Amino acid sequence: MNNTLRVALASASPMAPLPRRATRRVLPGFNITLGFTVFYLSLIVLIPLSALIFKTFTLTWPQFWEAVTAPRVVASYRLTFGASFTAACVNAVFGLLVAWVLVRYSFPGKKIVDALVDLPFALPTAVAGISLTAILAGNGWIGQYTEPLGLQLAFNPNGVVIALIFIGLPFVVRTVQPVLEDTEKELEEAATCLGATRWQTFSRVIFPCIAPALLTGFAMAFARAVGEYGSVIFIAGNMPMISEITPLIIISKLEQYDYAGATAVATVMLVISFILLLLINGLQTWQRKRSGGVMA
Amino acid sequence: MSAARTEAPWVRRTLIGVALVFMFLFLVLPLAAVFTEALRKGWDAYWEALQEPDAWSAIRLTLMTAAIAVPLNLVFGVAAAWCIAKYEFRGKSFLTTLIDLPFSVSPVVAGLIYVLVFGAQGWFGPWLMAHDIKIVFAVPGIILATVFVTFPFIARELIPLMQAQGNDEEQAAQVLGASGWQTFWYVTLPNIKWGLIYGVILCNARAMGEFGAVSVVSGHIRGQTNTMPLHVEVLYNEYQSVAAFAVASLLALLALVTLVIKSVAEWRMEAEMKALAELPPEQPTPAANPLLGQTL
Repeated sequence: MNNTLRVALASASPMAPLPRRATRRVLPGFNITLGFTVFYLSLIVLIPLSALIFKTFTLTWPQFWEAVTAPRVVASYRLTFGASFTAACVNAVFGLLVAWVLVRYSFPGKKIVDALVDLPFALPTAVAGISLTAILAGNGWIGQYTEPLGLQLAFNPNGVVIALIFIGLPFVVRTVQPVLEDTEKELEEAATCLGATRWQTFSRVIFPCIAPALLTGFAMAFARAVGEYGSVIFIAGNMPMISEITPLIIISKLEQYDYAGATAVATVMLVISFILLLLINGLQTWQRKRSGGVMA
Repeated sequence: MSAARTEAPWVRRTLIGVALVFMFLFLVLPLAAVFTEALRKGWDAYWEALQEPDAWSAIRLTLMTAAIAVPLNLVFGVAAAWCIAKYEFRGKSFLTTLIDLPFSVSPVVAGLIYVLVFGAQGWFGPWLMAHDIKIVFAVPGIILATVFVTFPFIARELIPLMQAQGNDEEQAAQVLGASGWQTFWYVTLPNIKWGLIYGVILCNARAMGEFGAVSVVSGHIRGQTNTMPLHVEVLYNEYQSVAAFAVASLLALLALVTLVIKSVAEWRMEAEMKALAELPPEQPTPAANPLLGQTL
């Protein structure tokens, strides 16, 4: 992901290739690659997803409404979105801090720390789930100190938030990092020359430059957290109305052969992830325009 | 780094300290916990847990799933990147958004849609049943769900990379008489090699570690349809902590290897991009950009 963003940014910078109007269709293979892309996309993604929509339309409106607004389901929305929002906020703050430290300062072991940021991308979510549970449970490395203080971190909504922080961290760091690398030092020097304190320079000059990227990273972490299942179910305790996330509701409906109910809740989640995807795309366009504008 | 662009030493040290403590708590501790828990009862218990036949069949199934899903998405990724990066056509950005779609769909929903298509009550359910073909709650369903969740990985790495590299070299090859296949094999492929490795390695990590989607379509039959992450769950829920963490430790090792290869690929790509940027322009750049050569 890191490089995707970096390359995307590089192509938006003044090094961007020349307009490629004249090169259209000179290279062979357009029809076959586009044909295969659309075929494979339809087969794997679009047709199965449309099955979900069709299945939903076989429900009557009252059935659908009843399935998606049952108290237990509503409680799960509240937990899923609340915990995802809290986790994304924590990630925005600490992700920015980690990105800042990695870009601006040098310290021993920096390359290892940089590589480690991607651990949540590489570590299977189930492994993260049982491992975080082992640490935060009453007899775990951290849980044994917090529980006597009355702070229970596992098997309740706190655990959900912690698992979602783990999952979402790289999204914020990897979106902010390349933008931070590209901020222009002249702007900061000018601000200092004009008498700004370091904090003023950060809040008035640097922060506006990286704000779109930070918001994109926040939205990506949030979107990922909303759909997350593997790491959360081990640590959540999964008590109905208290610590049951929406994906778990879908699974338990499926296990009771309530396909209609599962489909209805899944449709709600699908619509929400669609909206988030469009929002992220919009944010990225804004970010590219912003960074393009700064450099021009 | 000029004085205008950095903070007082105590601020720097505090920020580095806070960032490292955060990374330690959220990333290093969970990783360390996996290995500690796996070795809690010593090496003998660890080896014993790994030699269980069910663990072996889970490992085999995981390897097979990845061995099918990754090449499929590799072919798709290269084809999609070729048509999106090398040509201009209507609906290109819409197509790119659709390719991203599986990233934002919850894994649980991804599993559910295949149940709706191939399950007993699904579109093809009766037909499949009549012909005694099992897709859901069997190995083909696991592979399909894995292909879905890892769908965009390679395409997303390659598209921006190939866009940044432009078409010039491929056109030169064409002019010199290379066939389309030769152009791809001798010109494009060496250029995108590291991006490809980067995409494949992340795709593979996700394919081997996927939990939510696979958990919905797997029949949870021990020794038959349990992948490694599902086997971890089964063992964990049976309170066989050492065995669960032993299998999990293999997945954690996979994550570490992934991070190492990923970092190497990243450094190589950066080096190549830098070398590309330092090449003297072969033709006078139109509207000579004064920033050229300074920014990169």
